[in-house]
Amino acid sequence: MTRFFKYASLVGASIVVLVPLVVVLFAAFKTHAEYSTTGPLTPPRDWFNFDNFATAWSKGHMLRGFWNTTVILAISLTGTVFVGTLAAYAISRFSFALKRLVLGLFLVAALVPGVTTQVATYQIVKSMGLVNTSWAAIVLFLGTDIVSIYIFIQFMSSIPKSLDEAAVIDGANRFTVYRKVILPLMRPAIATVVIIKGIAIYNEFYIPFLYLRSPELNVISTALFRFKGPYGAQWETIAACTMIVIIPTVVIFLLLQRFIYNGVTAGATK
Amino acid sequence: MTVLLSRPRPSVETARPAKRKIPAHWFYLAPALILLITFTYVPVGNMVWYSFHKWDGLSPAMDPVGWDNYVRVFTDERYWRVFLISLYYFVASFAQIAIALYFAVILSFSTRFRNLFKGILFFPYLLNGVAVGFVFLYLFQPGGTLDSVLRIVGLGDQARLWLGDPDVANISLAATSVWRFTGLSFVLFLGAIQSIPGEIYEAADLDGANRWHQFRYIIAPGIRRIISLSFILAISGSLAVFEIPFIMTGGANGTRTFVIQAYETAFQFRQIGLASAMAVVLLLLVLLITWIQRRLIPDDEVSLS
Repeated sequence: MTRFFKYASLVGASIVVLVPLVVVLFAAFKTHAEYSTTGPLTPPRDWFNFDNFATAWSKGHMLRGFWNTTVILAISLTGTVFVGTLAAYAISRFSFALKRLVLGLFLVAALVPGVTTQVATYQIVKSMGLVNTSWAAIVLFLGTDIVSIYIFIQFMSSIPKSLDEAAVIDGANRFTVYRKVILPLMRPAIATVVIIKGIAIYNEFYIPFLYLRSPELNVISTALFRFKGPYGAQWETIAACTMIVIIPTVVIFLLLQRFIYNGVTAGATK
Repeated sequence: MTVLLSRPRPSVETARPAKRKIPAHWFYLAPALILLITFTYVPVGNMVWYSFHKWDGLSPAMDPVGWDNYVRVFTDERYWRVFLISLYYFVASFAQIAIALYFAVILSFSTRFRNLFKGILFFPYLLNGVAVGFVFLYLFQPGGTLDSVLRIVGLGDQARLWLGDPDVANISLAATSVWRFTGLSFVLFLGAIQSIPGEIYEAADLDGANRWHQFRYIIAPGIRRIISLSFILAISGSLAVFEIPFIMTGGANGTRTFVIQAYETAFQFRQIGLASAMAVVLLLLVLLITWIQRRLIPDDEVSLS
């Protein structure tokens, strides 16, 4: 009996998670006439009707959206890995008086609700002349956060200090130790941070919405959001575009599950 | 230490005592700290400054107005009422924690297709917020998925304007947010449960403990910290709800949250001073709640290297 209830609840929850997504997938394959005559729970007649995807792709300028997102992702992820590992290197391998204060600064910053401080952050980004350039998003994503620092520090403390010391005896300075010894060994931790931050940046809506107003700068979130007004009556196009945005996430999740679970749990339990 | 060993110690003190060298670690910390201070701490400081002024964000003149902006946030109904909308999300987050806890517990015991169920339950958390918004706009629209499902199970007369009716719109949005975030709480709880060593369960089995005893005396104490953390995140999260209502209803039909109101005040009505006062109030609330939590549940294992 309890076994039955257990599996019934699991299947029930899976249905609740999947049905809202599956019906959108149905709609994405329906023609306009078919969409208006069939109910949302009816599967499409033709599973190879990719017209809506083509319309959504071209009308939504999704290629541009993906390109802009990729550029922002590439630059800010590369930057944040260096910024984060350098900071973690200082905290993990040097002893200095203000270490707790520095960590405290990052910790408190994590509590500041980012959405509201944008009122003031906007003025700073504006004074730098970055509003309406991709650099606005890049500089805001570039910084590191307490979660990444913890992941890096935790991993770094598993690298024996004797490796550093051996390199120093061989004549390496501290920066060479970081670059030649620490950084190459950090690969798993870097992968975790890149995946977690990459997903967050891919999904970020508010910062691009606020700073990248011109349509040429649309990232995928804002490109999708633009469908809201003018396409109100064409749900099959919106559905296709929604699927275009969701599919990369599905692929990444299937390929990199382990890293994603690790990153998410490492983030919140500290 | 290693640096000192490797370098020949200067035998004579250099004759320039005024020019002290900056310790090397600050160079490694500099990029992170400069970004953090420029884009987090300076804005917070500015925000406090703006909140005592009337300013449109453009003109060079800022009129000092004292506490007027704060008085307005607390007395003008349009500003404090939006705080009450948080209650919907706050109540919903209890449901979220309960559902997540239930599934984390049952999946911590051996289950067929365990990884599949885990993946399905967690997956919504990874989805793009705008995509989630559209998926649920489609679900809630008249004659949409929800109405069709209700008709099939014979509750067709329960159909209503899920997002248009101010009485239910907030509940629909809060439910969307439960759908989106339950996976995160679930994976966190599951991770915490699995970090409890397996031998403890075996020992409990030998002592004749049943599943309920195992939950009550092994699992519950083991995940107390993460549950209390989840409640804090729930409170501060429900105060700062933005994406889902902004994308789905734009704050119409009584679904305007505090952050949407602050956004409109700042970027549509250009009242930077007033919006800053709202942001400062929210920030202080979040910090206060976190501080209370730290007081109630002291951190027993501070693990800074």
